Amino acid sequence: MDILFFTIPIALFLALIFLGVFVFSVFKGQFEDLDTPAYRILLEEKNIKGKNNDSEQSGN
Amino acid sequence: MTQNNQETETFKYDDKIVKMFSLATLLWGAVGMLVGVLIASQLANWRMNLGLEWLTFGRLRPLHTNAVIFAFVGNSIFAGVYYSLQRLCKARLFSDTLSKIHFWGWQLIIVSAAITLPLGITMGKEYAELEWPIDLAITLIWVIFAVNFFGTLFKRREKHIYVSIWFYIATIITVAMLHIVNSLEMPVSFMKSYPVFAGVQDALIQWWYGHNAVAFFLTTPVLGLMYYFVPKAINRPVYSYRLSIVHFWSLIFIYIWAGPHHLLYTSLPEWAQTLGMVFSVMLWAPSWGGMINGLLTLRGAWDRVRREPILKFFATSLTFYGMSTFEGPLLSIKSVNALGHYTDWIIGHVHGGGIGWNYFLAAGMLYYMIPKLWNTKIYSVKLGNIQFWTGTIGLGMYYVSMLVAGITQGLMWKAIDDKGDLVYPDFVETVTRIIPLYYVRLVGGLLVFASIIIMIYNVWKTIANAPKEQEEKTFEAPAPTWKTSPTTDSGHRKLEGMTAVFTVLAFIAVFIGTAIEFVPALMSNKFIEINPNIKPYTALELAGRDIYIREGCYTCHSQMIRPMANELQRYGKPSEATEFIYDRPFQWGSRRIGPDLAREGGKRPDFWHYRHMIDPRAMTPGSIMPEYSWLERKKTDFKILPKKLKVMAALGVPYTEDDIKYAVPMAKAQAERIAKGMESEGVSMKKADKQLIALIAYLQRLGKDGSQ
Repeated sequence: MDILFFTIPIALFLALIFLGVFVFSVFKGQFEDLDTPAYRILLEEKNIKGKNNDSEQSGN
Repeated sequence: MTQNNQETETFKYDDKIVKMFSLATLLWGAVGMLVGVLIASQLANWRMNLGLEWLTFGRLRPLHTNAVIFAFVGNSIFAGVYYSLQRLCKARLFSDTLSKIHFWGWQLIIVSAAITLPLGITMGKEYAELEWPIDLAITLIWVIFAVNFFGTLFKRREKHIYVSIWFYIATIITVAMLHIVNSLEMPVSFMKSYPVFAGVQDALIQWWYGHNAVAFFLTTPVLGLMYYFVPKAINRPVYSYRLSIVHFWSLIFIYIWAGPHHLLYTSLPEWAQTLGMVFSVMLWAPSWGGMINGLLTLRGAWDRVRREPILKFFATSLTFYGMSTFEGPLLSIKSVNALGHYTDWIIGHVHGGGIGWNYFLAAGMLYYMIPKLWNTKIYSVKLGNIQFWTGTIGLGMYYVSMLVAGITQGLMWKAIDDKGDLVYPDFVETVTRIIPLYYVRLVGGLLVFASIIIMIYNVWKTIANAPKEQEEKTFEAPAPTWKTSPTTDSGHRKLEGMTAVFTVLAFIAVFIGTAIEFVPALMSNKFIEINPNIKPYTALELAGRDIYIREGCYTCHSQMIRPMANELQRYGKPSEATEFIYDRPFQWGSRRIGPDLAREGGKRPDFWHYRHMIDPRAMTPGSIMPEYSWLERKKTDFKILPKKLKVMAALGVPYTEDDIKYAVPMAKAQAERIAKGMESEGVSMKKADKQLIALIAYLQRLGKDGSQ
């Protein structure tokens, strides 16, 4: 079962990459605001060149 | 935020590529489901392959699984990811050219799968059947997808990375790794290769891949789509954004460890099985976190769920996700798995996920996107509702019939009377008992197929009614000032973007390098107790084994006897890891539609096999196996044998120089001995060079060395 010497390290390696990404994004402030992102995606953008603005305008 | 001194930038979205992927989703969905219906009909009635080798269950089952997973769900993921990514980033896709290469490359891969699999060109590993040139193409296209994705992410105008994007990132990185590791193979010819790992090692890698194909292809990207499209469709924020983040990180850390639950009670070391089981049970929590979060987003809007097909599809999809992720951990518990493994229960389980979760989520998503993409309204809401009910009733029939069939057959296999004998010693009894349920399943499958045809009609009419002139809309957003701190300039911004792309490419490159470095050391079998009785296959047996792989015998026959009283009685001594050290690929299988073959060698005379392959019902009345009459007509490819043995030797199989040099005469001599033995029963010596003889040589060898 030498294969385990390969699979366990790569699984850990992958976990470490994800952990690194997680820590990095925490420090970058990605998870500071856990309320507004859920609302922000609902804001529709406005077509600035078209005649029919069927969607509501973005607030930010 | 909109201040006078703030610069704004205008941009357009690339919606053409989303349209293309959306239409491809529907096309391949219909094709994949049609193939599913065809093979379901073959289990109900064995004549349904029409006597054609290209249409047998063994060859088409891989086409069905590949088509629905990678073609149908794959295209739906790409459509949804490209639609939502642009809007979440407020940026056009990184490169229109890369998008086009991605699209056409992926369709080409699908077409090549649809050609090679019916021809029997296969690796013989579930959901990874495609041969090495196609594997390389998949890697290339996936890298192009990754570059296009990360390129877009790094030119985004919205600082916050919404939770959906996290799910997409995890998908791209993990799928790249899984595919590369599981596809490490050494070519013999243009369309034939052997995996570098053998036996139990190959099994572990395969199911590490197989399980994570479910996890990182059918689950994480689709959860990402769910977190975007469900709130958008209902115009409400997700129930808890905090829960979405917690559930994302916990899910991806746990998922990668659960693979061994596909190998419970096999020759895999017990501690690895237990590890897989424990992590699988742990997975229940984050999975239900996602399901609850999705369903609670719909809270208070159930009146709309009643009216709108989009929300019907989403609510049902999330419900099936919850059911499947409850059933999965349940089936991963060893004592439950002992009953469920190798039965139709698993088939029901995967269709609950595949149809209930993946198809229904894709349907809801397409009904949301398509009117927006074509700037029109859906042609018929009523047809959408009819599609929903047709699909749901079909899935219900499918799931219930398979659950009942699975438990019935599982219990019949296990049944032992007071004297300790098997109650159903004839395997075929346990098959004929569930055939009525195969008809129920066929009707269920037909309804699901009909539902997607209804959708195609509805979408076609919607597009036909759309305004002919379609121009790309222009949007405006603040320039991303958050990227440029006072000390950096815009040049740095570009570099930062490039760096990220390079990081991903570097990761993949380093990863391939590491794999190549590790692999030779890992091909040895130091940690498997070596049994000197286990010898490599002879050249003819190897040729026969490749025919076994080509015909997809593993889709119905396992080669792994579990350590249980009933299996000991039915099949013989439990399989051991040491018996498989020369098996490339391993052929343990995952379903027993027919009996296990791990110790088939020597159980029956050669002539029994000869007649059985040509007319299975002559030897086993009631059998549902197709007739393999072409094996009696087609010639064995002897010429390639030295090359095959050479590749095997390079991979560590102890073939001598003479074995390789005299492979052809030795194989021919063995074939003639087998034919000679059957001469008295009326088999002509002219049949010695036919494929059936090579297959018999292989079947008669199975498990013989290990049972000594």
